[in-house]
Amino acid sequence: MQSKLSNTAVSDALKAKFGEAILSSETPYDFLTVEVEPTKMHAVITWLKQEESLDISFLTNIGGVHYPDQAEREFAIVYHLQSMINNFRIRLKAYVPLQNPEIDSIVDLYAGANWMERETFDFYGILFKGHPNLIRILNEDSMDYHPMRKEYHLEDATREDKDDRFFGR
Amino acid sequence: MGKIEDVDVINGEGFQLSNLEKVVASARANSMWPLPFATSCCGIEYMATMGSNYDLARFGMERMSFSPRQADLLIVAGTISKKLGPILKQVYEQMSEPKWVLAVGACASSGGIFDTYSVLQGIDRIIPVDVYVPGCPPRPEQIIDGIMKIHELVKHESLRRRDSEEYKAMLHSYNIEIDAK
Repeated sequence: MQSKLSNTAVSDALKAKFGEAILSSETPYDFLTVEVEPTKMHAVITWLKQEESLDISFLTNIGGVHYPDQAEREFAIVYHLQSMINNFRIRLKAYVPLQNPEIDSIVDLYAGANWMERETFDFYGILFKGHPNLIRILNEDSMDYHPMRKEYHLEDATREDKDDRFFGR
Repeated sequence: MGKIEDVDVINGEGFQLSNLEKVVASARANSMWPLPFATSCCGIEYMATMGSNYDLARFGMERMSFSPRQADLLIVAGTISKKLGPILKQVYEQMSEPKWVLAVGACASSGGIFDTYSVLQGIDRIIPVDVYVPGCPPRPEQIIDGIMKIHELVKHESLRRRDSEEYKAMLHSYNIEIDAK
């Protein structure tokens, strides 16, 4: 079904409303992807939800990405939002530095963000300011690192049962 | 009085002579209550093993015990994450002696393809295992073969084995405390 909104219309509306806070926008595979200033992400998501002409009021997913080679932009926080009424999807990205990976929580806007933000915290160590209960959700509570960061060996280093010598390497 | 499978008996007028240890072992082997701890695709194969085609009930395993306190055999079928490890260990500790453990499939036996930080590399890291069933997942025939191997262990186990120093030392090596009788 054809969307009632166009990528360019939404992109232009965001730029008109937020100006400098919209850092870039592109449409890979016809999917509007907008990079937003991290401090303005909460305001952008609030506006997309409340603006009646857009009605982008369904949160599909929150995730993280680690780019270890991008200085000061090591972590991307990716939000997928959808308008059920207009059949329109948008992807929002914010980049935060490794030293201070913080962004405002959107649990006050979407209750479903609670577990998604906990998952992103669990795997990447991204801190969501204002989250009511930012603790690990999937990994063991005793884990002392964030395993999806590209800093670690995939294998457990303390293990001896799958040594190279057992495989003739 | 009839014949007891695999046990020598002498039937006489109003009495029957046999070896009590062997009679008890045979009774145990032919009426095991398994606790299925199934987490993934091996669990589906285990369900097929339980179902009417393969029919575990033929071997006196009609009743699945979903309480560890009444179970004799812990069947671990599937991937056990490190987070699930303490729960599996608690289930094992809640089972009363004598108890046996069957590790079904590559994941329960060795971590399988999940060679990663979050997965326990074999349940024998945290609890003792009696029989390992290889396969990814194993077919019901293989699971039944594993259960037959468990039956052999049960039939030939001394009644006093669980009191032995070796057994206590083995449990101690897993940091499992043994209740005083």
